[in-house]
Amino acid sequence: MNLHERPAVAEEQLRYARVLEWGARLGLAAAVLAFALYIAGILPGRVPLEELPTFWSLPLADYLQRSATPVGWKWIGLAMHGDFASIIGIALLSSVSVACLAAVLPIYARRADRVYAILCVLAIGVLALAASGVLVVGH
Amino acid sequence: MRESTGPTARRMTDLPLSRRVRTAAAVLLAIVVCVPDAFAGGAPDTGAGLAWWIWPLALFAVCFALGIVAVPAGVGGGVLFVPIVGGFFPFHLDFVRGAGLLVALASALAAGPNLLRVGLADLRLALPLAVLASASSIVGALVGLALPSAVVQTALGITILAIVALMASARKSEFPHVAAPDRLSAALAIHGVFHDVARGESVRWQVRRTPLGLVLFTGIGVLAGMFGLGAGWANVPVLNLVMGAPLKVSAGTSSFILSLVDSSAAWVYLNQGAVLAIVAVPSVAGMMLGARIGARLLTVLKASVVRRLVLALLTAAGLRALLKGLGVWV
Repeated sequence: MNLHERPAVAEEQLRYARVLEWGARLGLAAAVLAFALYIAGILPGRVPLEELPTFWSLPLADYLQRSATPVGWKWIGLAMHGDFASIIGIALLSSVSVACLAAVLPIYARRADRVYAILCVLAIGVLALAASGVLVVGH
Repeated sequence: MRESTGPTARRMTDLPLSRRVRTAAAVLLAIVVCVPDAFAGGAPDTGAGLAWWIWPLALFAVCFALGIVAVPAGVGGGVLFVPIVGGFFPFHLDFVRGAGLLVALASALAAGPNLLRVGLADLRLALPLAVLASASSIVGALVGLALPSAVVQTALGITILAIVALMASARKSEFPHVAAPDRLSAALAIHGVFHDVARGESVRWQVRRTPLGLVLFTGIGVLAGMFGLGAGWANVPVLNLVMGAPLKVSAGTSSFILSLVDSSAAWVYLNQGAVLAIVAVPSVAGMMLGARIGARLLTVLKASVVRRLVLALLTAAGLRALLKGLGVWV
């Protein structure tokens, strides 16, 4: 069972790794940069920083109501505010796997590996469903 | 300046490294246990009596320390983050769970590229499990956000204490013997070869009981989404002990699966407004920086000592979550 040669890593793994590396760096950099601008006061938050302690201990429903924070994708319209600008980087981090899966899909298709091509599409579909905002809970 | 720190500093550095780590962890435990009492007189606090910046700064410091101990202890950041920050900081559990998912996600994304390149994370093994676990993590996230806080807090406490029991008792098998792959894994061609640097050789592997693994990962996804925990504590035993993947492949593939599972759940929290930048960003940054230090200390720290300390931290945090959920220690 043991081999002394170093095994080759599959082409799709290397491509997935490349996209993941750059996507994660981009998302993290965006989140940290926007957060730095936010706490430095250059990009003021929608909720003033000094008022945050009265909001962060509230249950989600109360927080949404008292801060008039929208749910779903409406946050994107508030991205000029520091607190929501930071969310862009977080959204990038949460989306990078979609780009990775889309990048390896052509490799499976070219190899006629139908099951894994379908699994990639399903994984993208699940992430897209989660990101769509159509799944909601009552607050 | 060197003279002023002289004797004490020399005595500290003369201590064995494992003892210094034990002391540091005891201090960390004391800090997290005392945070509410020290700053707010033990009342159920909002942190409103303090300057706003103290809490994200304290969050960054605690996450940095958690990141250092998480790597040598072999746990993801999320499982430490949620009970400790949820139990001892003034942030509501809804926001802590959203940040916990992002902490686990960021760690998984950071580790993923290297794990894939060296073959310790395997895409063929991960994808079928990750599709089911990410779908179920959406359900878990929706249920977790819909349930009353006290119920989630109590369930979190019970889950964390169960994780402690699992971590303390679970066996590990570095190279499980899989005589023959099951039919599903054979049909999906789930097998591979990985190079074990420590042994200086490559090892072939295959898996068994794939249908059972799929069912278990569906349940793990629900827990990950509901409590905002990274689920490495469950992924690794299922991959290693149930499915028979080598330990290192299990750990690497588990981390990779988390990157997909936590992405789905994180989107649910994000769209529901349960991600606060002031909680999430310092946590992610602190944990990732701490994990880098922890990875460097991996070769010098005694893993068993760090692991015992992490179990002690988790026990304290699990009890705190349970008592908070039951209204005994609010």
